Amino acid sequence: MNKETKAILVDPLHLKNPITLHVLGICSALAVTTKMETAVVMSLALTFVLVLSNISISLLRNKIPGSIRIITQLAIIASLVIVADQVMKAYLFDVSKQLSVFVGLIITNCIVMGRAEAFAMANPPLKSAIDGFANSMGYAIVLLLVGFFRELLGSGTIFGITIMESVNNGGWYFPNGLMVLAPGAFFLIGLMIWLQRTLTPEMQEEEN
Amino acid sequence: MELINLALKAIFVENIVLAFFLGMCSFLAVSKKVDTAMGLGLAVTFVLAITTPLNNLVFHYLLKEGALTWMLGDTAQDMDLSFLGFIAYIATIAAMVQIVEMVVEKFSPALYAALGVFLPLIAVNCAILGSSLFMVQREYDLVESTVYGIGSGIGFWMAIVALAAIREKLKYSNVPPGLRGLGITFITTGLMAMGFMIFAGIQL
Repeated sequence: MNKETKAILVDPLHLKNPITLHVLGICSALAVTTKMETAVVMSLALTFVLVLSNISISLLRNKIPGSIRIITQLAIIASLVIVADQVMKAYLFDVSKQLSVFVGLIITNCIVMGRAEAFAMANPPLKSAIDGFANSMGYAIVLLLVGFFRELLGSGTIFGITIMESVNNGGWYFPNGLMVLAPGAFFLIGLMIWLQRTLTPEMQEEEN
Repeated sequence: MELINLALKAIFVENIVLAFFLGMCSFLAVSKKVDTAMGLGLAVTFVLAITTPLNNLVFHYLLKEGALTWMLGDTAQDMDLSFLGFIAYIATIAAMVQIVEMVVEKFSPALYAALGVFLPLIAVNCAILGSSLFMVQREYDLVESTVYGIGSGIGFWMAIVALAAIREKLKYSNVPPGLRGLGITFITTGLMAMGFMIFAGIQL
């Protein structure tokens, strides 16, 4: 594996993470992370859409006229999301009910559009596929971390398996309700960014 | 009364940004100055007020099970095109944004100068697609979806202006280096979301 491919593959995981550096795709990252299960399914769906959309847009990159490229990209992405949504409704009905509108919102997930615009429009298919995969993994890492803490602290379980017996079930752990609600997600991501940027000072911003 | 209740719910209780995390990307990116935040908020409200009812019509007269009977007669009784929803809504939104942009440019240059930069961005703002999807999921009718669209727009507008105002003041504070910029913005948004939770349960 040469240096360039390695950079495409590794950078999005940490130094160029789509969520914590570029602030892309936040909506779903916050909304589907109350449980690990939904976070995993959402990451898989995004990986599917992002890799395939990067490949198809990269294949068409010389054919798409500049002035209507946004709507062309949207049409490709929307078709892929429809496929993902139908598959989920067929095989993972419960999870797709919990994800509700957020599967559809992959269409407007800025990571997909952003990668299409910034990478796939200018690079050959194989590279674009790797880039799509790496960015999905960067997204997945953040989702899984946030989901892990929210489910563990919010309900004392991981993947629905009880880790800390909650008070309601006669155990000792008093669930932190804040974690399940919206503010908990904001705080967790804020703290993660803080930790990441303290460890790698070159990611810090100059002003507020 | 029902409608006022719906509007209040969309603005405060179920604020589209702070409770459902929709439109976060632009919410975080365009909230450095109050002026620009005002512009984006106005543009989002404007587009939401048009696209949500329009997508309601698309759903009820084109996509819903048996919706095409008005055009094709009884043969269309079993036709269910709702799986095409995503692509139909996003196409409607993208087309509407384009039309709105052209109309505003022609008839109100002042408004265009204020909204200009933001309009193209809005087509891919998840708040717009999100409220259309919620509208379909909650089975609103035409009037309800108009009220819901405007309500969510105002909710977004209010939240982004409030955050921009806080961030303007934050410039003068001494924030730990790792938290500067994005980090502190998240924490602030979290506190705002907590503030908005006091509205939970309000009903008229």
